[in-house]
Amino acid sequence: MKSKLFIVLFMASACMVFAASMSVQVRSCKVRETPSQLGRVIGTLEYGTAVQAGVPQQGWYPVTMADGMKGWLHESALSKKTVAMRAGTTDVAVGVSSDEVALAGKGFNEQVEAKLKTDGVFDFTWVDRMMTFHVDPDQIRAFREQGRLPGGDQ
Amino acid sequence: MNAKHVYPIVGSVGVLAAVLFSGCAEVADLGSQLAQDAGVISASQAESINRSAHAIDKAQEQLTPEQEYYIGRAVAAKVFQTYPPMDQPQVNSYLNLLGQSLAIFSNRPETYGGYHFLLLDSDEINAFAAPGGLILVTRGMVGCCTNEDELAAVLAHEICHVEMKHGLHAIKQGRLTEALMVVAEESARQLGNEELQSLTDDFVDSVGDVVMTLTTKGYSRMQEHDADAAAVQLLRRAGYPEGAMITMLQRMDQRLASARGLGFAKTHPSAKSRADLLKATLTDSRFIPDASRQERFSVAMRSMPTNR
Repeated sequence: MKSKLFIVLFMASACMVFAASMSVQVRSCKVRETPSQLGRVIGTLEYGTAVQAGVPQQGWYPVTMADGMKGWLHESALSKKTVAMRAGTTDVAVGVSSDEVALAGKGFNEQVEAKLKTDGVFDFTWVDRMMTFHVDPDQIRAFREQGRLPGGDQ
Repeated sequence: MNAKHVYPIVGSVGVLAAVLFSGCAEVADLGSQLAQDAGVISASQAESINRSAHAIDKAQEQLTPEQEYYIGRAVAAKVFQTYPPMDQPQVNSYLNLLGQSLAIFSNRPETYGGYHFLLLDSDEINAFAAPGGLILVTRGMVGCCTNEDELAAVLAHEICHVEMKHGLHAIKQGRLTEALMVVAEESARQLGNEELQSLTDDFVDSVGDVVMTLTTKGYSRMQEHDADAAAVQLLRRAGYPEGAMITMLQRMDQRLASARGLGFAKTHPSAKSRADLLKATLTDSRFIPDASRQERFSVAMRSMPTNR
């Protein structure tokens, strides 16, 4: 009994040691039930959301969200930097480091793109249309099944 | 000046040149110190060189997925000025199904805005990967593929350029340093008119660097071979026959034989040399197109005009 308790305590403390706060660095990402892009989607996180991330396994972090829900996120969706706030808004925290500000989108951002639109340098109509070409996970699953594509091991 | 004085100066200048071209901050510290000791530059100049080299290193690290996304959007918009988009819902829908089905198996499945694919109205055999995941494929390129697996090989190659950030590497380092570091040191308030103008100029120049590489200069031979090798891995993970990469390159080589110096041939190493290099790395180069994939490929292509 004592040894079991020790193992549980050891595992819990190990998780606490390895859990680190990370931020979502993409506009939106799906949290998966298993470490796979074909895994069931159990939630969606937006840019800047902080999560507690455990030890990564083959490019996937086990994460715990603010509401306690657990799932998996691919490493390309996460950054170790903290997103303070989006630059250019009035509620940007005072005293954040330049790293944090950079991650908050300062630099090449929508403000620059808006100026290019106003100045008539580029036309973004088709770029915006491209962004609407969305394929959901169920469509991908069906497409792969119909095409008899083997594996899917990531 | 005697030889005793010349050698340290030449050496220091050499180190400095290496520093400026390599962008390595650690070497910069050493190089500028040597040059300063040799009396080639002043202390303030040495400090300035160190600051620039550190800034270059930091700027590369600091280009975030969001900034990459905005660069990629403008790159695509600029490419459209030469290669108009093609409003073919059936083909574009198929390209996105196929492309996004592949992208989830890349080493970088998540980008800020995701992967999106579009057909361009051009006979030229070409494809472009704008930073962040906007992938543009010409009618000529799609027409060069005879089945889904070969088209998958084309898209996989472009996805791997995005994964490896080859487009961003085309931006001259000085621009990133100026645009990102100077701005990052400012407060987080909304940019003023002057700052915004300066940043916009840097942005347009950076976009110009990327588009110049995509459409005129081409990536380096090494970058192309890296993208080919990674594409084979990607095809394998996604379940597509890796031999499709070889047949696609061979067919491209035949088609490009009559168009040397144009389009894809202008910006990529010869398709034959790429195929030869890849063959040695494949575990299985046999390739028989799957009937169900062939059927849906043919259906999608029916709506695409072949020549204009």
